[in-house]
Amino acid sequence: MFSEFFQFSFSGITLGAIYALVALGFTLIYNASHVINFAQGEFLMIGGMGTVVLMDAGAPIYLAIPGAIVMAGIAGVLLHKLAIAPAKNADVVTLIIITIGASIFLRGLAQIFWGKDYHVLPAFSDTESLSVGGAVLLTQSLWILGIAALLVTALGLFFTRTALGKALLATSMNKDAASLVGIKTGAILTLAFGIAALLGAVAGVIVAPITFTAYDIGIMLGLKGFIAAAIGGLGSSTGAILGGLLLGLAEAYTAGYISSDYKDAVPFVLILAILFFLPNGLLGSRAVERV
Amino acid sequence: MATVNARTFDTQSKAPGLIGLFVVLALAPLLAANAFHYDLMIKICLTAMVAVGLNLLVGYAGQVSLGHAAFYAGGAYASALLTQNYQLAPLPAMLLAAVGVGAMAWLVGRPILHLKGHYLSMATLGLGVIAAIVINNEDQITGGPDGLAVAPLSVFGHELSVFGSYEWFGVAITGTQLWYLIAAGGLFLAVWLALNLIDSPLGRALRALHGSEIAAQVAGVDTAKYKLRVFVISAVYASVAGSLYAHYSGFITPDAASFGHSIELITIVVLGGMASTYGVILGAAILMLIPQFLTGFQELEMVLFGAILMAVMIFMPRGLVPTIARRFQKEAA
Repeated sequence: MFSEFFQFSFSGITLGAIYALVALGFTLIYNASHVINFAQGEFLMIGGMGTVVLMDAGAPIYLAIPGAIVMAGIAGVLLHKLAIAPAKNADVVTLIIITIGASIFLRGLAQIFWGKDYHVLPAFSDTESLSVGGAVLLTQSLWILGIAALLVTALGLFFTRTALGKALLATSMNKDAASLVGIKTGAILTLAFGIAALLGAVAGVIVAPITFTAYDIGIMLGLKGFIAAAIGGLGSSTGAILGGLLLGLAEAYTAGYISSDYKDAVPFVLILAILFFLPNGLLGSRAVERV
Repeated sequence: MATVNARTFDTQSKAPGLIGLFVVLALAPLLAANAFHYDLMIKICLTAMVAVGLNLLVGYAGQVSLGHAAFYAGGAYASALLTQNYQLAPLPAMLLAAVGVGAMAWLVGRPILHLKGHYLSMATLGLGVIAAIVINNEDQITGGPDGLAVAPLSVFGHELSVFGSYEWFGVAITGTQLWYLIAAGGLFLAVWLALNLIDSPLGRALRALHGSEIAAQVAGVDTAKYKLRVFVISAVYASVAGSLYAHYSGFITPDAASFGHSIELITIVVLGGMASTYGVILGAAILMLIPQFLTGFQELEMVLFGAILMAVMIFMPRGLVPTIARRFQKEAA
């Protein structure tokens, strides 16, 4: 009874940490540029698949992982430079379509150069699992939670302790005012896309030993990250983390106690229910429209 | 100034556009050399129908839906199930499907249309994905991922099958040609209805709320009522097109409800040009034709499609037709 509950909780929190990282990427880009980046999931794909491909080419895992993460970072920077920045004053829907175009493009590239096969990465530790309270705890889950916590802390320090991070925050709050005080907002926006891509890629790498990785994993993971961000209230970093964990737990408990067929529907039902009562998400600020 | 007025307020100005559409639809078969070409044209017409309806919601009212495939699939599956399990004739089934889908849209639209911007996109996306998951999982009713066979369309007991051949008043036509007539006729009707709606008080209210919802409210427009109404109308457009497609193809799968299909629909609207009824028809034609031209490249298809999509949206953010129309107006001026 309790061992079952532990089991579902472990897998829920693990998944939740991944969703939280994707949602943080969404939030970062949304705050900086008000773009919902539907290509966010592709960064996870590049992280996971990139590592697989580099390892196949003979690179040891401790080189393959940073290599894949850098690849995703470059993709994120290029996405902003080549696709988002040139479309400056476009409509919200137009920007959504551009990022969807980008995600199809990236998926297409992966399909050509990396193939359509499903791959699995080896777990980071030799001991695969521990027994806790009668439940099986994968050591990879500990890696995921540890790395996610580390990233969140690092990101927090980046925003509060570094000039660059503060410049990014300032740009998110008021782009015009930020450029008036001398912040190069264009470069800062590119940076936001780069960091979001790094976050996504790390999530993609650390989850790959548990789930599979393939050229098309980005769609569902990206959507769920978007939902996690919306649950927390778009634009709130704390909300994104809470939203991610909530989503992961809800999904795991539904799969365990109710029906695994409808596991993938959970995030969508949850977001509808939340938006029904809280139209701006859990921690979202009330937007005021000026006429 | 005079041209702007004529565009906006002169209801007579619908005639040239409709005549133009009629001529294009009537002449299009001249380009069709075989059944495959007809098949493509039929699919373009039916997809354009959905897009014309969706454009009312997205282009005119400014409300984004990322889940319209759910309504399309709703029409398709309702038609399939009603004709198969309840022995209903296809036309009443189609009507009942449209009423049912419209009622569903009304029910879900009431709470979610209060949401704004990205939250509305999120909610419609969620509804679409849930519909797709339900259709995939309830395989005892929907056939699951394997799909469902659909009876051919029949009117007063006369079967109109793609595989048949017919002769009326001494003119012999094939089943595919007949279906082109049905699809093209459906599209023409859809456009005519949409243009009338745009010119009606509803259309004016929608444009007002697109400009600024609060300003429209202050001016006395019941924005919630009008948003809901156009949401239901666009859902019914999708439902009817879905029913027609189900009878035409004789087979439907959950792909009809997929997130990808919803994205395809919204892409057509944005690509062709929001708030341009003829633009979205062109958008539908282009989006359905691109893969045909890319088949030679097979592996490259996805990459090229993504690149084209990005390039068009970056360089023509207002969509093809409005951008080109503007350029012509500038040259003329």
